[in-house]
This record gives sequence, structure tokens and C-alpha cells, in this order.
Amino acid sequence: MMTNHTLRKQCNLLPGSLITGKWNKNPYQIKEELGYGANGIVYLAESNYGKVALKLSDDYSSISSEMNILKSFSKVQGHSLGPSFFEADDWLKNGRPLPFYVMEYIRGEGYLAFIEKKGESWVGVLMLQLLSSLGALHKQGWAFGDLKPENLIVTIPAYKIRCIDVGGTTLFGRSIKEFTEFFDRGYWGMGSRKADQQYDLFAVAMIIINSFYPKRFSKKGDGYTQLNELIKQKRGLHPYSKVLDGAMRGQYHSADEMRNDLLNVLNREHERKKVQTNLTSQSKKNKNSTSQTRSMRKRKGKKGRGVLETLILAIFVSILYVLYVYSQFL
Amino acid sequence: MNMKTGTLKQILLITDGCSNQGEDPAAMAALAREQGISVNVIGVMENDTIDEKGLQEIESIALSGGGISQIVYSKQLSHTVQMVTRKAMTQTIQGLVNKELQQILGTSTSMEDLPPDKRGEVMEVVDELGETSKLEVLILVDTSASMKHKLPTVKDALLDLSLSMNARMGDNKFSVFVFPGKRKDVEKLLDWTPKLEVLTKIFPKLTTGGITPTGPAINEALGYFQKKRSLRGLLSHDDESYFEETV
Repeated sequence: MMTNHTLRKQCNLLPGSLITGKWNKNPYQIKEELGYGANGIVYLAESNYGKVALKLSDDYSSISSEMNILKSFSKVQGHSLGPSFFEADDWLKNGRPLPFYVMEYIRGEGYLAFIEKKGESWVGVLMLQLLSSLGALHKQGWAFGDLKPENLIVTIPAYKIRCIDVGGTTLFGRSIKEFTEFFDRGYWGMGSRKADQQYDLFAVAMIIINSFYPKRFSKKGDGYTQLNELIKQKRGLHPYSKVLDGAMRGQYHSADEMRNDLLNVLNREHERKKVQTNLTSQSKKNKNSTSQTRSMRKRKGKKGRGVLETLILAIFVSILYVLYVYSQFL
Repeated sequence: MNMKTGTLKQILLITDGCSNQGEDPAAMAALAREQGISVNVIGVMENDTIDEKGLQEIESIALSGGGISQIVYSKQLSHTVQMVTRKAMTQTIQGLVNKELQQILGTSTSMEDLPPDKRGEVMEVVDELGETSKLEVLILVDTSASMKHKLPTVKDALLDLSLSMNARMGDNKFSVFVFPGKRKDVEKLLDWTPKLEVLTKIFPKLTTGGITPTGPAINEALGYFQKKRSLRGLLSHDDESYFEETV
């Protein structure tokens, strides 16, 4: 990663510093640094609209591109994956302008830290949320691009997954400019770096893998073989293996399709655990065959409905009988 | 305006130290810049470090070549190569757009003087050009002795570069040269081609060793662009003229 050392050197903003825009004259008081990367530093700041996130940079081009993306995001209705955009301005530092933009401050915990704290059972449900948001974005013709845990925040207290860096968002058919190797389809030799739905879905698969391999790993030999091997080695990943394989090989046509499969996996897992505790002996037999488990679940469901039907019928008949007896008395 | 059909030309130099023979590489880079070719330099380290003199040279080649320089550990080479190439493209396009702005708005107006909203609009044009322009990258790889175990990583980085660039809508052409060559200062490894996969076969056979004639290598590379241009110039003269001006 190339980090912006020059910018850090020339402006290490301390809490309490005041930044006023050259064009719109809005004041921002810096509270703390939230993070920094290749294109700039993000601060938490107090403003006229309350708490905001402020990104300061010395690179006009990258910051303007990001601003454009954030703006087009706010045009996408009902899309809440990224932060909303407030304004862009320049800050004159010793006569030299430094561009910055202001966006919604998303409060929460980093994805990986959240999983570590709350447990792996959250992986599935957060990915369902992420896939819904991605589905909405894809319908507008955009790919998110640089999808990775560092860019994902789980908001508190709503436990909703949001994204804090939209700099990699790319129109379908164009080249992905920002990516992180571990989550990049091209790096693993599993496809191109052209933006499409499958590019993002591949990254979602890698986020699931990363949830169980927090330290990540680098590519050795054939990417697909290596990833499959590592999925096999982690028990926690087994239920996801089919979904992961589909996403890695680019077989899903949409985020919704992957979401449906993931939802089925989670339901099945839930069912399996229930069956496991209720019928220990039987579940052992069915453990290796998901299709068997599924057909069993179906049968069980039918049986349950049958009992209910009988019960309702019995009650209905008894009521009729009571009415009949009552009428006989009259 | 025919900026859309223009070609961006770059030399990408991958080295790990100082030149020790021939012309001053910075002067050769300046010569390249005069001809509308920007020179980017990546310094690769592994377990060694690049000394002060080497660092200075790397920086001054990129500076006088109107390009970008970056020192990296070989582990990060892939990511850096594509990033440097992209950044240099944006820089060149921006230089041209700035020039246009000055012609329209007069005096010394540049992107920085515009209000952020207008700047966003200009940037949309720059991004569009970056996506659609034709790109020619001549890759110059230092194969002096100390580069020996870095070469497999260099090969991977170049494959990754072609993956990144070929995802663009615009056409790409790459050619690869190594220096020192077997008999000459520079040796052509791969002629202009959009795909670099062939390198997988050629690279392992490379021999390393000898001197580091960085200056002469850049000079020779220039000739290669020129020869090509004079040939193509007959066919598409006006296409070329735009991107020949530099920042």
C-alpha cells in the first residue's frame, strides 16, 4: 500500500483545530483522526450539521473522483451502503489550498473486530445485508469495487452493515481502479478486473473466508485450488462451501441469487442444529448429506401440518357435536 | 478536439539501484519528456536496501521524465506497478486538460483554481479519458546481478499490469526490454503486444549480470517509440499530436 506520507507530514491536525472552507466558509472543528490511506486522511469533525466525517487530501484528482462517486450515490434512491455526501471545499493552509469533502459520519465497529467480539454466527446475517445493498447498487449499473472488511462498518445499535470508503465504485464495463489483492478476482487468477456484478460477489466470498482466516494469506500456485483447500481446512466454512464456490467461479448472475443461496444455507444450518439436538442419532446419519437433511426437513414440515389439520378438524367436529346436543336439549 | 483518440506513452523502468555506465539517465528521461513520453521508475527492494545515491537517481529520473517514482518491497510490486501506471496516466491527462482550461479561461487558471463542483466536472472528463485513451507502455527491466531473485516477482507484476490495463475500454500496447542485453546495452524481449502472458515463458530463461547502463537503455527505448511513430505517423498523423505535449 502506498500511504500518503507527505500529507501526513505537512498536516497532522490536532483535536480542536478549526478548518474553514475557502468557498462555502463552513467551519469544522476536528475531533479526532478516524483513519488514513493512499488518498488522504479522514477526521471526525463537529460542524453546523452535527458530527461529520471530513476527508482531507492533497490530491485533487482522486478527491474529485471520490466526490463524484459520492454524489452519484446520493442519487441512488434507498441505497444506504455508503455515507451521504454533504459538501466539498478547500482549506487554505499557509496560503496553499488543500481540498477536502464532508460526508455523513457512520458510527460503529469495524467488521472483523465485530465478528471477533460477537462471534462467527454473525457472518452469515451481515453478508445477507451486504448482498441486499450490493443488489441495489448493481441495479443502478455500478460495482462497488474495493470491497473489504476495512471498508465495512457495523453500525451500533442497529447492527446494520455500511461502507465507509466508496472510492473504488466503478460503472459496469469499466476497469476497477482501486482494489485490495486479497479480495481481487484478478489477483487469484479467477477473472478480469472489469467491473461487473461477479467482481463484487467474488469479494463477498473472500470476506466470508477472511472472517475465518483473520490473518489472511497470500497466493501460492493455482488460486482456485488453494482457496478450495483452505475452505476445506476450516470447519466453520463448510456450510458456505457451495455458495463460496459459486461466487468464486462467477456463477451467480446477481447479488440476489447469491443472497438466496446464502439464506438457504443459514436456514438449513439452523434446522440442522435443531435436528442435531432433538434427534442425535438420526442427525449423525444425515450429517454428510445435505440433500437428505433437506428432504427430511420437508417431511417433518408436512407431518407437522398434518397434525394441525387433524386437530382443527377434531375441534370443528366437536363444536358441531356440542351444538347438535345443545339443540336436542332445546 | 481529438483527445479521445490520443495515445498516452510511458516508459516504465524497474530497477534496484544506480546506473554505472553511459549517459545520465535523468537527461535521457528529460529527452523522453520532450517527446511526449513520460518516464516512471519503480525501485524494488527485497532483503537489500537502495542506497542514497540510487534513491536520488530514481527520483530525478521520474522528475525530469515527467513521471512518478516509487520505492517498494518486491512483495508489493504488483500493486504498485499498476498504481504508478494509472497515476502517471491521470497526471498526463490532467496536464493536457489544464492546458485546455488555460486556453479557454485564460492566464494561469488550473484545476485548483476552480470551485470544487466545477473541478468534479473536469475530473469526470479526466477519468473518462483515462478509461478510453490508448496506452503504450515500454517496460525496461534492470537485469543486473542483484535483480536475479526479484525477476519472478517482476514477471508477476507485469502480468498483473496487463490484467489491470486490459480491463480498460481503451487499447493497450506493451513492449518489454531488458538491460544489460547479451551483446548490446539493451535487448528487446517482447515486441508491442496487448498481452504480456508470453513473459511466463521468456522470463525464466533470462540471464542476469554485468553492468547497469540505465541511461543508454532509456535512450534506446526512445528510438523504439520514434521508429514506430514515424511509421504510424503516415497513417494517423493528427491522432498523435495531442498527447505529445507534456505536463
